[in-house]
Amino acid sequence: MSSSHAGTVLEIANLSKSYAGVTALDKVQLTLQKGEVHALMGENGAGKSTFMKILAGLIPPDTGNMTLEGARYAPKNVQEALKAGVSMIHQELLLVPELSVAQNLFLGKEKTRFWKYWIDSDALNREALSLLQPLGLSVNPATPMKHLSIAQMQLVEIAKAISNDARIIIMDEPTSALSDKEVAALFGLIRQLQAKGVSIIYISHKMDEIFRIADTITVLRDGKYIATHPAAALDNAALIRLMVGRDLADLFPPGSPVEGTPLLTVSGLSRKPFFQDISFELRAGEVLGVAGLMGAGRTEIARALYGLDQPDSGTVRLAGKELALRAPKEALREGIGYVSEDRKALGLVTGLSVRQNLTLSSLRRHAPNYYINRSSEYTDVAAMTRRLQIKTTGPEQKVNNLSGGNQQKIAIGKILLANPKVLILDEPTRGIDIGAKSEIYNLIRELAGAGIGILLISSELPEILGMSDRILVIAQGKHTATLSRQEATQETIMHFAIPS
Amino acid sequence: MRTLSFKTIGQYGIAIAFLLICCLLAFLHPKFMTIPNLRIILTQVSINALLAFGVTFVIITGGIDLSLGSILAVAGITAALFAHPDAYPLVVPLVLAIGAGVAMGGFNGLVVTKSKVPPFIVTLGTMTIGRGLALIFSNGRPVSNLSDSFNFIGGGTLWGIPFPIIILIVAFIACSVLLNKTTWGRYMYAVGGNELAARASGINVNRIKMLVYTLCGGLAGVAGILLTSRITTGQPNAGVGFELDAIAAAIIGGTSTSGGSGTMLGTLLGALLIGVISNGLDLMNVSSYYQLVVKGTIIIAAVVLDSVTRKS
Repeated sequence: MSSSHAGTVLEIANLSKSYAGVTALDKVQLTLQKGEVHALMGENGAGKSTFMKILAGLIPPDTGNMTLEGARYAPKNVQEALKAGVSMIHQELLLVPELSVAQNLFLGKEKTRFWKYWIDSDALNREALSLLQPLGLSVNPATPMKHLSIAQMQLVEIAKAISNDARIIIMDEPTSALSDKEVAALFGLIRQLQAKGVSIIYISHKMDEIFRIADTITVLRDGKYIATHPAAALDNAALIRLMVGRDLADLFPPGSPVEGTPLLTVSGLSRKPFFQDISFELRAGEVLGVAGLMGAGRTEIARALYGLDQPDSGTVRLAGKELALRAPKEALREGIGYVSEDRKALGLVTGLSVRQNLTLSSLRRHAPNYYINRSSEYTDVAAMTRRLQIKTTGPEQKVNNLSGGNQQKIAIGKILLANPKVLILDEPTRGIDIGAKSEIYNLIRELAGAGIGILLISSELPEILGMSDRILVIAQGKHTATLSRQEATQETIMHFAIPS
Repeated sequence: MRTLSFKTIGQYGIAIAFLLICCLLAFLHPKFMTIPNLRIILTQVSINALLAFGVTFVIITGGIDLSLGSILAVAGITAALFAHPDAYPLVVPLVLAIGAGVAMGGFNGLVVTKSKVPPFIVTLGTMTIGRGLALIFSNGRPVSNLSDSFNFIGGGTLWGIPFPIIILIVAFIACSVLLNKTTWGRYMYAVGGNELAARASGINVNRIKMLVYTLCGGLAGVAGILLTSRITTGQPNAGVGFELDAIAAAIIGGTSTSGGSGTMLGTLLGALLIGVISNGLDLMNVSSYYQLVVKGTIIIAAVVLDSVTRKS
């Protein structure tokens, strides 16, 4: 899609940044046209986040030139970037949950009356409404932020950027928590902004989205600039080749038919109002996909199987033994492991190190008398780091300094170290790049090959179709179908997933 | 040993502040850097340090304990009541006093884990209950006439070292080992860093919380014995405000009030810093009114310095 607003708005050349001797960005360049959607692509660790943080004024570059509409652009902080018209919408939304929508929108630039510290709440709510309505967000501006869905919060962030008269909006994985309908609405909004001459820098790992929305694509790899192409000149394979620097073999490794005995037998499991009467069998070595729309109850079922929530009724048997799971501690002891969809909230203690996180679920093995045997702990950490190819500066690196893909590998590695017989993976590839995705798919196959039963919950249908031996479809908390690999297609799954 | 040096980096700020103030005091007053004076400082610091070690565990898990001073008073009175000459063997007052501390700490832990009421509120309540108990047990009067063997704990010396200093060193080593080398310590960091993730990792979060409050109470019990023995009297009003000095020591030492980080070495340095400042001002005959102002200012300065050195 070409734009009627010609002209360059932002020109970046030779931008470099290194942290403690490690080069994060090496002479990167970017030219942004007025009114274009420019996708920034690259694997985790390619330098996209560092690049965007520099642009948004969060961190200073070591060297390099940035020119914004002819003037030198070197923001010292976020405020200066905002003033220059550069707004960033973060992957982890930066909103205050207890404050209202309007208060969040105008945080730091409140409307006042009588006196410059007297907030005019009515004006605030009025203006918020006039900002939100064109975006199709129909909530009362006085609603506390925490009552909004993630999609709605995202719209508030975008409204905030618009209210700042942003000329450039950086969107980092804006659709990672959105439904298809919400994605369509967001794209409509992006088109509107584009028509007004606003430029968008768009970061996503979802290829289909990139080709739907982007005009231009710039690829980074290992902190270096690789190429910039019009989106129309690239296809999936060509883009992946640019990103990973090689051809990616078929993303989904093949599985072999499973004839194993039932490992996990769930019957009549209910927890109202989230799910009712769920029954299924998982065989040893099988990958059982769990498909369904967001909010269908898939995560809640997983949580109940892991002892995070207590079901109202139903039984869970592992290798014939009936389990009463009251806490994750008991589930792990029996051999059920769960990797959460929300790795920041449930998966990791991000302030602790790679080592401390990896051994958190298996620490007692290294401490028969509560005293931790360091060398035994290090052995496990080193082995798992190698096995999952976790990229760190060492076992003592804090987890919050790692990329999403590496964090996800640590969350999985932690559970693997507890030697589960059944592994529940909830959205295991959400928000991670294609290289790490492919590694996780291979790992799933390898684990299944070793006889572990895998419950794979995913909202990405290609992932479900590519990885599952059988597929369980859940709609509104009910089990609506079990499909074999042969009969499953995107259409059949959606047919059973959409509530009738 | 790589982990140790990694963790100690954060403590350079407080260590530098501590050394600077020691140098300054040594320069200002010839008596400061003498063995007798250093012995006095360490003896005085020992009580606050014991409380601070306990509260460090609690703060690392994301909690707080305001009842320390009251627990200390209850334990001190309990010890004094059973420590009259020729009444009971020495072990009786000691076990009962520590038991009283453990029980009150356990009570804190129980209410915090079962009720989900914020620990700030729970321990604020326990603080008042404890003060009441100390006054009830003692009828509101000091309990004196304690046995020599009991008074040895706070006033005696072993190999020329005041006994409280020996208790301090033993407690420091034990608490450091517990925090750094055991699963309990690791789980404390995990619970404070992300309670949900800790639970999802198979950790019994409530058991860890029970453990830290109970430990904290037990250490306050030991501190109560030390104080009662040193002043050879059980005072129902002892320890008022001690919890704040203990929390200050932990925070000066780099323990994050939001939980998830902190070290025993840092807390020890924090307690020493507070002790050295009081001692130095005493030596220079600064009035105790001014001492409070100076102490507060230096506490803030130390933390600011610490956060500046951490960032750079």
